[in-house]
Amino acid sequence: MGTRKKAAVKETAAVGRPGTPFRVVGNALRKVDATAKVTGVTKFADDLFLPRMLYAKLLRSPHPHARITAIDTSRALTLPGVKAVLTGHDLPIPFGILPVSQDEHALALDKVRFVGDPVAAVAAASEEVATAALDLIAVTYELERPITDAEDAVAHPEPRIHDYGDLGNLHKLVNLEFGDVEQGFAEADLVRDDLLFFEGSTHLPMEQHAAVGDWSPPPDGKLTLWSSTQTPHYVHRALAKVLELPPAKVRVIATPNGGGFGGKSDPFSHELVVAKLAMLTGRPVKITLTREEVFYCHRGRHPTLMWVKTGVKKDGAITAMHFKSLLDGGGYGSYGVASTYYTGALQTVTYHVPRYKFQGARAFTNKPPCGPKRGHGTPQPRFALEVHLDKIAEQLGMDPAELRLKQLVPPNSLTANWLRIGSMGLGACIRKVVQGSGWKEQFRNLPHGKGIGLACSSYITGAGLPVYWNAMPHSGVQLKCDRGGGVTVFCGSTEIGQGSDSILAVLVAEVLGLDPFDIAVVTGDTDLTPVDLGSYSSRVTLMTGNACIQAAERAREMIRRHAATQLAVPAERLAFAERRIFDVADPACGLSFAEAVQLAEAAEGTIGTVGSYTPQPSAGKYRGAGVGPSPAYSYSACVALVDVDPATGIVRVPRVWIAHDVGRSINAASVMGQIEGSVYMGLGEALMEEMAYRGNRNVVHKIPSLLEYKSPTTLEMCDVVTYVVEDPDPNGPFGAKECGQGPLLPVPPAVANAVYDAVGVRIDEVPITPEKVFKALRRKEKGEAARYGPDQFPDIPWPEPTRVAPPWEGGDGTAAEGGKGRQKAAALAARKR
Amino acid sequence: MLRLPSFTYLQPKTLHEALAMKVDAGPDGVFVSGGTDLYPNMKRRQQEPKIVISLMGIPELQKTEGGNDGRTEGRTVVGSCITLSELAIVPSFRRGYPVVVHAAELVSTPLLRNMGTLGGNLCLDTRCNYYDQTYEWRKAIDFCMKKDGHICWVAPSSPRCWAVSSSDVAPVMVVLGAEFRLVGPKGERVVPAGRLYANDGINYLTKHADEILADIRLPAPDDWDATYHKLRRRGSFDFPVLGVAAWIRWDDRTVADARIVLGGVASRPQEIVEAGRVLTGTDLSEEAIAAAADAAYRPAKPLDNTDFDLSWRKQMTRVYVKAALQELRQRRTAPA
Repeated sequence: MGTRKKAAVKETAAVGRPGTPFRVVGNALRKVDATAKVTGVTKFADDLFLPRMLYAKLLRSPHPHARITAIDTSRALTLPGVKAVLTGHDLPIPFGILPVSQDEHALALDKVRFVGDPVAAVAAASEEVATAALDLIAVTYELERPITDAEDAVAHPEPRIHDYGDLGNLHKLVNLEFGDVEQGFAEADLVRDDLLFFEGSTHLPMEQHAAVGDWSPPPDGKLTLWSSTQTPHYVHRALAKVLELPPAKVRVIATPNGGGFGGKSDPFSHELVVAKLAMLTGRPVKITLTREEVFYCHRGRHPTLMWVKTGVKKDGAITAMHFKSLLDGGGYGSYGVASTYYTGALQTVTYHVPRYKFQGARAFTNKPPCGPKRGHGTPQPRFALEVHLDKIAEQLGMDPAELRLKQLVPPNSLTANWLRIGSMGLGACIRKVVQGSGWKEQFRNLPHGKGIGLACSSYITGAGLPVYWNAMPHSGVQLKCDRGGGVTVFCGSTEIGQGSDSILAVLVAEVLGLDPFDIAVVTGDTDLTPVDLGSYSSRVTLMTGNACIQAAERAREMIRRHAATQLAVPAERLAFAERRIFDVADPACGLSFAEAVQLAEAAEGTIGTVGSYTPQPSAGKYRGAGVGPSPAYSYSACVALVDVDPATGIVRVPRVWIAHDVGRSINAASVMGQIEGSVYMGLGEALMEEMAYRGNRNVVHKIPSLLEYKSPTTLEMCDVVTYVVEDPDPNGPFGAKECGQGPLLPVPPAVANAVYDAVGVRIDEVPITPEKVFKALRRKEKGEAARYGPDQFPDIPWPEPTRVAPPWEGGDGTAAEGGKGRQKAAALAARKR
Repeated sequence: MLRLPSFTYLQPKTLHEALAMKVDAGPDGVFVSGGTDLYPNMKRRQQEPKIVISLMGIPELQKTEGGNDGRTEGRTVVGSCITLSELAIVPSFRRGYPVVVHAAELVSTPLLRNMGTLGGNLCLDTRCNYYDQTYEWRKAIDFCMKKDGHICWVAPSSPRCWAVSSSDVAPVMVVLGAEFRLVGPKGERVVPAGRLYANDGINYLTKHADEILADIRLPAPDDWDATYHKLRRRGSFDFPVLGVAAWIRWDDRTVADARIVLGGVASRPQEIVEAGRVLTGTDLSEEAIAAAADAAYRPAKPLDNTDFDLSWRKQMTRVYVKAALQELRQRRTAPA
C-alpha cells in the first residue's frame, strides 16, 4: 500500500526545473486560488447575497411525457411573500447549446419531456415561501406514452418527443465510411465482432448549480447574472436571445465552480428564469438547485449500446473497423449531435485503422437530457474498443500490450477520418505501465480471483471548432502591466477547480520572469474579459495558454525595448527572471521589472497587450468532420489490478498504474491531481455509477440522491501510480496537451479486462456490478457463454453513407458521395434568406 | 436547496418533562435524539412533525452502567442517547460487547455517528427507495402508502408496506437477546429486543409514539460469542442491504444454542429460527454451516426497494451467513 506517487508541492517557483529551460513551468505549484478555497473565502454562486434579494424555485413536471393543457398560477400569486410567477409563455423563445438543437425552453411551453422538466417558476421573499407556492400552481396534463430508452425509441417513432430530428424519435443519424471496409475485412486473417453497453452516469459536482440575476431598470436596462457555469460566453448568448436584450446589456459572471465535469456547460432553465424574475420584480433573485434537481439538469454520459467489428492480420495489424453506436439522449438535444459524432471520432487516433466505417444514432427518450460528461462521447467507444482488442489479442495468442504497441498511429500523421495527429506518446505510456505494473509476469499468471488488465486511450486537447460557427479566435487574453510591478491578466476562461486561473498566472510568470503570485487573474466575466469559449473539451490550457503566451510575449517586447535603451544593452541580450530584466552577459546589469514597466509606460502610455488563439482549420472537409479535430491529442495507458470474489461477484480495484502523455506539464501538481481525479471518476463508472430509472413507474429517476446514486468513497478509491509522459506538441503552450479528461477513458476497459483475467468472464457492460459478475460466473459454471452483456443491436434505418477516401487512398478530405449535406444546407439557408 | 420546514424545538431536562411535552403536543410531536434520521426525512417531508422534542438534554438517557456493580447482575445497561461514536469507545463495551461496537462502527459515516445515537439507530425509520425521496419525487409516482399515498409500489397488490429495517445495531440486539426499557406516560415496561419490532413498514415498532426507549440491557458476557456481517455497496455511508447477526452459546466446542438474525430483508430484524436449530448440537462443521445458510436463504425475501438486484441479495444471504458462522468457528478453534 501507499505507493501513490505524489509530487512534492513547492511554495516558490524561483528554483527552476532541472533539465528544462523553464523556471516556473513544470514545477508543482500551489494553485492561485487554493488558499481562498481551503479557507472558505471563495465566493461560490450560492454565497452571494444581495440587498432585497428574492429566492426562486422551479415547479417540475411529475410526468415523463405529457402535453400541458392548462396552468393556473392564481393561487400561488396570492400567497404572502410571493413576488412573481413565471410560466413557459413568459419566455417563449427556444434555446439550446448547439445551433442545430434549439429545442429547449426556459419553462415548458406546451409539452414536458421528462420527470423534472421545469414548468413554472416562483420568486418569493424566502425559499420556504417559494417552495410552498409551488404546490399552489395547478397544471393540467394530457399524458402521452413515454419513450423509456433508446431501443424503445427505435421501435416507437410515435409519439414523437420532438417535432424535429432525423427520423421519428431518432434525433440524429450518422453514417460515415472512410475506405471500403468490406474489402478490409476480406483481407483480414481474423474478423471479430462484439456488442457492448456503457451505462449512463452523471457528473456529481460537489457544488449544486446556483445563479443570481440582477437587473438595473431602464434607462440602464442592464442584466447581470452570476452563475456556476463552465461556459459564460454561451450563457451570455442564450440570455440575450431568450430575454431579447442587446448582448451589450447582458453581463454574465461565472463564479468559481465547485466542480463541473461538463455538467455546467449548457445554458440552463434556472439561469434564464432568475434573470427574467429579476427583470420582472426589479429585485435580485437567487436560485440554488437541490441535489435532486442537479440530477435532472444532468447532461451526463449517454447510455450507449455499441457494436464493433474489426479485421486483423495474424500480427494484429488492423485491416478495417466498423463501429455502430446507439445513444440514449434523453429529452433534449444538448450537445447530443456532437456526442453522437464523438462516439465514432477517436477510434482512429490510437491504432492505425486503414479503413473505417462509423454509424451512430442518438435517440430522444423521456429522461433528463444527456450531454457532455468528462470524455464527452468517447469513454463509451473507448471501453468497447479496448475490451474488443483484448479479446482479439487473446484469439491471436498475442500479449495485449504488444498488440497495441505494434500498430500505434505514427506522430505527425493523418488518420483515416482526417484527424491530424501531432505528438504521440502512447508507446511510451504503454511501456511505462507495463514495466511499472510487472505486466509481463502478472498477466494470465495471477491466482484465480486476482487479475490484471490493460487499456489505452486518447483525447482531444480542445475541440477544433466552436459550438456555433464563426471565424473568430476561440480564446482571447488581455494583459495589463502595473507600474508597481504587478501584472493583471484578463481572460473569459472559467475556473471550475481544474486550475485554469493558475495556468494563466504560471504562463505569464514564465514569460515575464515573475512569480505566479505576482499575477492578478480576472476570468469569466463577459464585461471585463475577452471571450474564451469555456471550460469544456479540455481546451483551456492549450487555447488560453497560447493566447496568454502571445499577450505576455508582446508585453515583454515592449518592456524589453525600453529597458535596452536605458541599460544600453542590445535588446536580444536581455532576459526576464526573478522579477528582473538583466543582461545575460552581465546579470548584475539590470532593472527591476517594475522599473522597466515604468520606463515603458513613460514612453508609450499604459502598457496593455492582447493575445488570441484560433486552431488551424481541420483537414477533413466532409459533413461531420467538425467533431474530432483538435490541435493536439493526449494519450493514456492504464493497467488495473482487481480482486474478484467468486462467491459474490464483488470486484475491488486495489491499484491502477496510469501513464499519461501530457505533452508538457505546466503545473506538475495539477497534472497529477487531474490524472488521479480522472482515475477516480473512471473507477466509479467502471464499478457502480448508474443513472437508473424506473421504466415501469413513470420513467422516474430511481435514485436522485448522493446517498443512493453510488459513487466511490475514499475507501473504494484505488492506489494510483502515475507516470507523466512529456512528448511536447508543437501546437501546445510550451508543448502542453490536456490531462483533465483523457486519463478517465482507459480505466473502465482496463478493469473489465482485468476481471476477465481474474475469473475468466467477460463483462461487456459497465458498471461492472457484483450482480453481473455473479451471473456471468453462474453461466460459466453451467457451461454457457461466460459473459454478461447486451445481445443485440437493433435494426436502424441508416441514411446513405457519406463516403470519404482516407488520405492514403488519394482523398482530399472531402466526401466523394453522400456527403453533400453541408452544401445542401448552405443552399437551403441561402434560399431562406 | 432542500430546506427544513419550520417547527418548534423543545429541550426537556428530564424524562418526566419529555413525556409531558409529548402528551401536550399530541400526534404533532415527535422525539428526536441525534436527528440524523429524522431531519433529512423532514426535509423530504416524509415526516412532518410540528413539535420536535429532543432527548439529548436528559442525563438519565446518557448513562452507562455495567459489569459487576452489584445492581445489574453482570449485565450492562446503556442509555439510548449515547452516540454511536461514544458507544464505540466505552472500554467495558469494547471488552464485553465487541459485536455491538462493530455494528455501531459500521453505521453510516464517522460524522453521522458523532450525532446519531444508539436509540436512534434502534428506532430507525424503515427505508425504501420509493419512500426515501423528496416530496416532488414521491408526487411524481403518486406517493406510496407509507406517506401521502395508498399503494405499496414494491408490491402493488400488498395490503401492507414493505419498507426495510435498515438498522445495523437492531439485528445485533435481537440476536444477543437484549432488552429495552420503554418509559411512557402510564409507566414503564421492559421488552425483549425482538419484540420491539413488527414486520410492517409503517408500524415497524411496537413502541407507542408517546413512549421513550430509555435504555438497553445487554446480557452478561459469558460463554457466548456473536458477530455481525454487513453487505452494502460501499465501505461507508451506505445502509445495509443485508445484515447477518450470528450468535452462538458454546459448550466447549459444541454449539449449545444458536441464533441467526437478518437485517435488511424485512421490515424488522428477522430471526431465522430454523437456522439456529440446525446449528445446535453441532461443532459448526461445514455441513452444519451450509445447512444453516440454506435455512436462512429460503425465507429471506428481499424486495426491489434497496440498492442492488434483489435476486443477488437473496443469493448473498447464503454467502454472508456462511461467512459469519465460519468466523465464529474460527474464533473458537483458533489458538488463543
